[in-house]
Amino acid sequence: MAGPEITWYLIVSAILFSIGTLGVLLRRSPLIVLLSLEIMLNASNLALISFARLHGGHDGQIFALAVMAVAASEVVVGLGLIVAVSRRRLTLDVDSFRVLRG
Amino acid sequence: MGNFLVWAVWLVAAFACLGSGIAVVSFTNAFYSALALIGNLGSLAVLFLLASAEFLAAAQVLVYAGAVMVMFLFVIAYLGDTAGLPFRGGGPSWVSVGAVVAATAILVEVVVAIGLKAGNALSSVDEIESSFGSPGEIGRVFLTDHLLAFEITSIVLLIAAVGGVILGTRTRAEDELDAQGAAGQETYGRA
Repeated sequence: MAGPEITWYLIVSAILFSIGTLGVLLRRSPLIVLLSLEIMLNASNLALISFARLHGGHDGQIFALAVMAVAASEVVVGLGLIVAVSRRRLTLDVDSFRVLRG
Repeated sequence: MGNFLVWAVWLVAAFACLGSGIAVVSFTNAFYSALALIGNLGSLAVLFLLASAEFLAAAQVLVYAGAVMVMFLFVIAYLGDTAGLPFRGGGPSWVSVGAVVAATAILVEVVVAIGLKAGNALSSVDEIESSFGSPGEIGRVFLTDHLLAFEITSIVLLIAAVGGVILGTRTRAEDELDAQGAAGQETYGRA
């Protein structure tokens, strides 16, 4: 295989996943939490695609395609929720969402 | 020579990917974060290409950098100044320390697992044909071996579209809130 081995792809994917985790846990804006979630999903896509390359089969790529569709749906619902929250004049801060708390 | 070129492109794409990922997390302005995420997705598409996933690289650019990010930018523009909030306030609290520890733990765990378990198994890459990852091959596999996944994906997208419409419709409570807001502005204007 020309270029770097699969290990390097996996390491990039692992670092990217941790960056996304940091974003989800550290940021308070729900929009940036969604953006960080996208980073995490894409890191897993990179791992799936490099494993598909390793084994020479298409299954991993199909899985990555399904992950893309799920990510698109998640963005639609997540952004819809954010807009609905902002229309109710609530603060856009993930720490201050208390409406659903019993 | 060809190998060197692949390495060079890979290194540039990998560092662009990680750098823009850090930028997404650290910008306080949500608009800049979204723009950095476009760069992140673009450099990831280059990595997909180098791992011979041609169709997925194209889909990444079309679906993510195109459609999804445009939607993000629209919502950020709609929300205005309220979109970006800084990090959890007041210096390093136990929450942020825990977040950093958790992220580092995931990273170390994955790298150690790769190093220990996989070891030499990762260096023996299977030979592939030149059509590997091409749209034709992906389509053939998707519509034969993975037909169920294809159908379920379409249902998931349909449900998400319906959910988006339901979340987007205005409720009576919001109309009342708006009426109150308009009334409040009127009295403010008279005073």
